[in-house]
Amino acid sequence: MHIAEGYLPVSHAIAWSVAAAPFVVHGVVTLSRRVAADPESKLLLGACGAFCFVLSALKIPSVTGSCSHPTGTGLGAVLFRPPIMTVLGTITLVFQALLLAHGGLTTLGANVFSMAVIGPWVGYGGYLLTRRLGLLPAVFAGAFAADLVTYCVTSAQLALAFPDPQGGFAGALAKFGGVFAVTQLPLAVSEGLLTVLVVRLLRTSAAADLIRLGVLRGREKAVAS
Amino acid sequence: MSARTRGGLINLLIVLAVAALAVAPLAMGAGDGEEEPFAGADGRAETVIAEHDPDYEPWFSPLYEPPSGEIESALFALQAALGAGVLGYCFGVVRTKRRLTATQGAKRRADGDG
Repeated sequence: MHIAEGYLPVSHAIAWSVAAAPFVVHGVVTLSRRVAADPESKLLLGACGAFCFVLSALKIPSVTGSCSHPTGTGLGAVLFRPPIMTVLGTITLVFQALLLAHGGLTTLGANVFSMAVIGPWVGYGGYLLTRRLGLLPAVFAGAFAADLVTYCVTSAQLALAFPDPQGGFAGALAKFGGVFAVTQLPLAVSEGLLTVLVVRLLRTSAAADLIRLGVLRGREKAVAS
Repeated sequence: MSARTRGGLINLLIVLAVAALAVAPLAMGAGDGEEEPFAGADGRAETVIAEHDPDYEPWFSPLYEPPSGEIESALFALQAALGAGVLGYCFGVVRTKRRLTATQGAKRRADGDG
């Protein structure tokens, strides 16, 4: 669940847009270079974008009695690195802001920053840190982290804009965190599992592509197939 | 059990676990006593904003807003369908590609030039 249209003060909206813009530009450059150098990767790029599309559309009930949706950014961050996922995530956010009145154009910068920049980078970091435990545990860790951290950032963004009259930033962070991050916990587990499922299927059918992307190492293939 | 059956079984278990995680909050009655059970978390956040800053007025409204909940859910379904369609297509392509290379390899070996 992204920050709704008009719900960030003008100065915050501008600041987050300025913060997110270089990442998007860098991502677009990286993506176009990648497609030019490796046209075969288009198919899996499409799959990563499509995965993000599906997961962002699924509103799932959570233990807090409210609903939220996963982000789907972990897969692309692991397969194609975070800058490319930034572009795919931004496309999803623009689609939702324009057609679904979900998120918004004035809050696009903040939402891109949380879901398409910090989420993929933290997810990719989690993947790298746990990679020695094996491909699938690392994919789970990456997707789980990307999903959860997105909503921690959303909570922080709102807490900065609307501090608690008594508790200040920390008090507001606890409240928004209770709304977003706690709701997101079981969803992040679901997203981790679904990402593992997709990577399992790719490992069976597209092991050569995963090796080319550097996700799967040659000697792991024998174990996998 | 062959490796393939085992793989399929694990995939099925993953899908069931995700379904269980989604259904559990409903079965537990996590939304009981809420004014609007299982409303969106973004709506909840708007309530907190209103508590912290009662004078805050959203200064921009969406350019296009789905006129009803039904149309909104239709658009969300469209988004999911687009994504699932492309994802299914990609899996179809990689599976077919693998099958074709496997049969070609077998044929070449049979012809004795591989």
